[in-house]
Amino acid sequence: MNIYGIRAIYYFEMARTMRTLMQSIVSPVLSTSLYFIVFGTAIGSRMGTIDGVGYGAFIIPGLVMLALLSQSISNASFGIFFPKFSGTIYEVLSAPVSPLEIVLGYVGAAATKSVVLGILILITARVFVDYSIEHPVWMMAFLILTSITFSLFGFIIGIWADDFQKLQVIPLMVITPLTFLGGAFYSISMLPEPWQTLTLFNPVVYLISGFRWAFYGVADVNIAVSLGMTMVFLLTCMAAIWWIFRTGYRIRT
Amino acid sequence: MSHIIKVSGLGKTYKSGFTALRDVNLDIQKGEIFALLGPNGAGKTTLISIICGISSPTSGQVTAHGFDIVKDYRLARSKIGLVPQELSTDAFESVWATVNFSRGLFGKAPNPEYIEQLLRQLSLWDKKNAQMRELSGGMKRRVMIAKALSHEPEILFLDEPTAGVDVELRRDMWEMVRGLREHGVTIILTTHYIEEAEEMADRIGVIRQGEILLVEEKQALMDKLGSKQLNLHLTSPLTEIPAALAEFNLQSELEGSFLRYSYDSRQNGDSVARLFRILSEQGIGIRDLNSSESSLEEIFVSLVHEETAK
Ligand SMILES: Nc1ncnc2c1ncn2[C@@H]1O[C@H](COP(=O)(O)OP(=O)(O)OP(=O)(O)O)[C@@H](O)[C@H]1O
Ligand SMILES: [Mg+2]
Repeated sequence: MNIYGIRAIYYFEMARTMRTLMQSIVSPVLSTSLYFIVFGTAIGSRMGTIDGVGYGAFIIPGLVMLALLSQSISNASFGIFFPKFSGTIYEVLSAPVSPLEIVLGYVGAAATKSVVLGILILITARVFVDYSIEHPVWMMAFLILTSITFSLFGFIIGIWADDFQKLQVIPLMVITPLTFLGGAFYSISMLPEPWQTLTLFNPVVYLISGFRWAFYGVADVNIAVSLGMTMVFLLTCMAAIWWIFRTGYRIRT
Repeated sequence: MSHIIKVSGLGKTYKSGFTALRDVNLDIQKGEIFALLGPNGAGKTTLISIICGISSPTSGQVTAHGFDIVKDYRLARSKIGLVPQELSTDAFESVWATVNFSRGLFGKAPNPEYIEQLLRQLSLWDKKNAQMRELSGGMKRRVMIAKALSHEPEILFLDEPTAGVDVELRRDMWEMVRGLREHGVTIILTTHYIEEAEEMADRIGVIRQGEILLVEEKQALMDKLGSKQLNLHLTSPLTEIPAALAEFNLQSELEGSFLRYSYDSRQNGDSVARLFRILSEQGIGIRDLNSSESSLEEIFVSLVHEETAK
């Protein structure tokens, strides 16, 4: 195992995050806070509770998920896309680092950043909305698993993308709608049929539901199913990356 | 002699269907400076990229230090440094960070003293905290060299190291390369400046359209292919070259006051002596003379053209 190699990539990526602190941490925290202000305090106070949870508190897990998914993807995809784009990838390719080590470095850094971001958002949310966390260990488990999974997913997009547009199209056109429709702002039991059943095909539902359960002990779908689905996403991404490196797809000419 | 890199039957066809290398066989000797020459698009960069692991071979095999570059890539790559042709750098990284990054990437424990020495040697020490985007092209090139040397490699690839580098820096670089060789580093470089190959290389390989045309000791190459010129300044101009001198194929210039005799140093025999004898028999006086050898560049150009004509 080339530990120094993993560390080099990891710290390189973390240094990039620190250089772009405004864009990579401050701006997602701020934009998520806007939701808390608008829906949590302003509108939320006029809305009833959902599953016994005040509306402001109810939307927190979903909003954190939204930030986690989009930031994990954009950070991890950019991290590997940019060296490909600028040509500096030559060094990683010519170094004695294995695919696993490359993934650990890039995805590890992206996931770390997402976890930190998630925690910062939760701390900020506490300023505007009063909420509690019933299962803190599970909350952290979902936070970390989701960050890793979607950083892996972002890494795949970064390898697949050969221009900036492709880099943005999936987060914007797929992930954001799926999150908004995945129960970030409502309980899916509030939906009429057939939407309630159709929604179950939206993978983000399971992530948000599981995460919300960790906070308030209420969930749209069984917690075991949520956890299972999260693991399935994680394993799918790992398998995809394994395949990419095995075939050299879009990495080596 | 022991070879440190062995390329056998290497072929590369790009996805576009373009074949950039065909059946390349090449042995690099330990401790030598090997210059790879060839026109644009000959396949020099492609060959280097494959050896260094940046692109994958379509066929054939390469070993470095006896390790297969695909199967045992970790062992093969850890002792190789590469300065690529393209100057691609992380614009916002500092010189210090980027050079240390390279060392880590190649699996070496941090060694700030070594990196400091390296940067001083390359006259980059006062720029260590500068961001890459603040550097001039020549400085960037030197940072790339520092990155390539950061993990103390035993084999160094320099893909056109002196392109866009001023004369003084080029001399410095040659010095540095010689210094590295003295420390036992094997160096493979490509260049379009033939004088560079002439000045530095122990052996020279010529590649064209993906095929190695020849590999030869530099001196042997120059001896073998080198033609010589004998330039004669005459005391009085000739209106025409006497028939007795026809066999020498002399070129006359300056309205007959200058004669040039080109001959092949491989088989000159006694032709020069005979030429002088006939000149004196004809009563042609010589005011001054000198001789010149063809440079590697002329050899190279004639070789590439000869092959193209085939
Ligand atoms: N990624 C690629 N896809 C398709 N063709 C390529 C690719 N990279 C290089 N080639 C082609 O392969 C040939 C060899 O290119 P290469 O870069 O190895 O040449 P070179 O000898 O280094 O030339 P130069 O002296 O200009 O640097 C060229 O014809 C080039 O167009
Ligand atoms: Mg080239």
